[in-house]
Amino acid sequence: MKTVKSPFKFSGGVHPDYNKELAREQPIERMPLPAELVISMSQHLGAPAKCLVKAGDFVKRGQVVGEKNGFISVCVRASASGKVKAVEKRLGPAGGKADAIILDTAAKPEGEQEPENGPILQPLDWKTASREDLLKRIEEAGICGMGGAGFPTSVKLNPPPGKRCEYLVLNGAECEPYLTADYRVMLEKAPRIRLGVEIMRKILGGPAVRIAIEANKPEAIKAMEAAFADIDGNVEIVVLPVLYPQGSEKHQIYATVGRIVPEPPALPIDVGCVVENVGTVAAIADAVELGEPLLERVTTVSGDAVATPKNILAPCGTKYSDLVAFCGGEKTPPAKVISGGTMMGFAVSTLEISTTKTTSGLLLLSPKRVTQYVSQACINCGRCVRACPMCLNAAEIAKAVESDDIKAAEDAHVMSCIECGACSFSCPAYRPITQFCRRAKNSIRARMAAEKAKAAAAAKK
Amino acid sequence: MTIAIICIASVGLVAAVVLAIADKYLSVKEDPRIGMVTAALPGANCGGCGFPGCDGYARALVAGTAPNGACAAGGEACAAAIAKILGVEATATEKRVALVKCCGTRSEAIRVGDYNGICDCNVAAATAGGDKGCTYGCLGYGACANVCPKGAISISDGLAKVDKRLCIGCGKCVTVCPKKLIELVPASATIHVLCNNPDKGPTVRKVCGVGCMGCHLCEKNSGGKEAGHFTFDGFLAKVNYANPPTDAQIVAKCPAKCMSEDPHFESGH
Repeated sequence: MKTVKSPFKFSGGVHPDYNKELAREQPIERMPLPAELVISMSQHLGAPAKCLVKAGDFVKRGQVVGEKNGFISVCVRASASGKVKAVEKRLGPAGGKADAIILDTAAKPEGEQEPENGPILQPLDWKTASREDLLKRIEEAGICGMGGAGFPTSVKLNPPPGKRCEYLVLNGAECEPYLTADYRVMLEKAPRIRLGVEIMRKILGGPAVRIAIEANKPEAIKAMEAAFADIDGNVEIVVLPVLYPQGSEKHQIYATVGRIVPEPPALPIDVGCVVENVGTVAAIADAVELGEPLLERVTTVSGDAVATPKNILAPCGTKYSDLVAFCGGEKTPPAKVISGGTMMGFAVSTLEISTTKTTSGLLLLSPKRVTQYVSQACINCGRCVRACPMCLNAAEIAKAVESDDIKAAEDAHVMSCIECGACSFSCPAYRPITQFCRRAKNSIRARMAAEKAKAAAAAKK
Repeated sequence: MTIAIICIASVGLVAAVVLAIADKYLSVKEDPRIGMVTAALPGANCGGCGFPGCDGYARALVAGTAPNGACAAGGEACAAAIAKILGVEATATEKRVALVKCCGTRSEAIRVGDYNGICDCNVAAATAGGDKGCTYGCLGYGACANVCPKGAISISDGLAKVDKRLCIGCGKCVTVCPKKLIELVPASATIHVLCNNPDKGPTVRKVCGVGCMGCHLCEKNSGGKEAGHFTFDGFLAKVNYANPPTDAQIVAKCPAKCMSEDPHFESGH
């Protein structure tokens, strides 16, 4: 095991204010079980899970309440015991509505004892368990990528035939401003991460391991060095330059192994890499060794409008209002509430939204930190082009989308856009460039889906 | 001089012969009815029939693969003209127009955020579901107005309104609306429920002053369930356009004030 500096620096990128000092020294704190949980069926990328319970049912902690529904999907388990008050459509942080279970955690079935807190799944010995058993465990534990996108982990760890994973990259960059959840996990759960890495190495057939951490987290680097000191095999800790969006999967692969992931639909596995967030790795260790499914996660609640910023271990489905209350409430009325980080997170209009497996942070920002701006015409300064980590001509894409020319945006490779927000961040005319890209991507995806459906219908005929 | 005349004349002669032969052997035989049908169609190229423009529909009609009557813009007169050309029956069609099922103006429906991104409903809806408190309601960023080939939709007071006289019923707005609250309704129907929120009354009331609460009073006042003028989706009344109510009294009696007698925007153009 050795620590090296990353020899590859991607072009572009920006330096936002990190503001991590607000919550970085706050140890992970488990929050008391809230009275009500709203467990969404759509906590991951892909098809939402199929709800298995109805209003009035009693559920036990860890019970499967949402069934895996399709190949790219994972199951949802109840984060706590209680009574299902209702199953209804609820707004998610990204704006879409999905079925959600409203759980009253105080209600217990009559005449029944407190449910025992034993392991939910049978603990597995990873050294003797087969690869298939381990994959099945990860799938039934409901684990999806906890960095943000929520890609089902069991799918990622099971490369299609003919593709081999040569490098397992551990994503500990956490380049989003304010967020410190992964940082705290690296400090406090280093042995769990090590165990998770060993399990994943077994599943993937012994790839080399690269642990990517930004240079501004020396304690995390030290903690990882200590945890991985006596590991055998090809393991390196790669210290990355501090630059946003270093935590992006593609940029991480470039920074650690120097490979470039081709345009979508290519995936990291096409260049022999699998990237996993450190939180996901710790969750894998828990699922295998302790039989504990993914029911809770660390979420950073930060920002200058919250009384005490904290890193909270909260059950999935905790309402934002409960998280804020646990942090001592609002210091000043927030002007903006963001689910996730400031660069890629989603502004939300209500605290009645609940956390999912992918909620890495909740930020409450005072009017001082929020600028109200009016977007203006592009002045052709090219700052977005310089900032784009995917080397796209963001200005041209934005202009094309503005005049409804989605084809031109597609020709300008808008599908490669990772929506990191560097272009909008650097635009002096306050143009919502990322939003333009997102719009183009959505219409292209919709068109592709329509074409696919049409082709399928034609094939049927 | 003479040589020049002979040269030009012979070149002309050769070209004429070639063209005459080409005309005979290489001609593309197009059914003359395609041109006639295209001329009978309104020429709006709106795509409402599901074919690429009027010409595409005309070709499908002549080929016999499309039903006569799919052109909402042309209506009955157009269908009758086509029937005459092709010698087929015209399927009876009624002119249909778009109806925006929301009446939550800026003063009635609360806005929960300040949205200053791209002025497009689909983008706004993808940002925390939009800035409107009611997640089923019209956002008013004009995605429907932008796709309308006839300029029949205008946005006023944060709400899309359809000019019934201009609407040709192509259904483009129905497809583009992220909230799926535009419906094509018979142009002859006059009484409509202008709400799209199936939630319970108190929930609706929290976000909108004019939302349907599902009180069933419209149904009661129009002759009860047997009359079948209304259907209900959760706590949302829907007009049964196969059997629309005609009594204007029920509009005035709606406690939620979400019903309207012909809401279509009539002036301003």
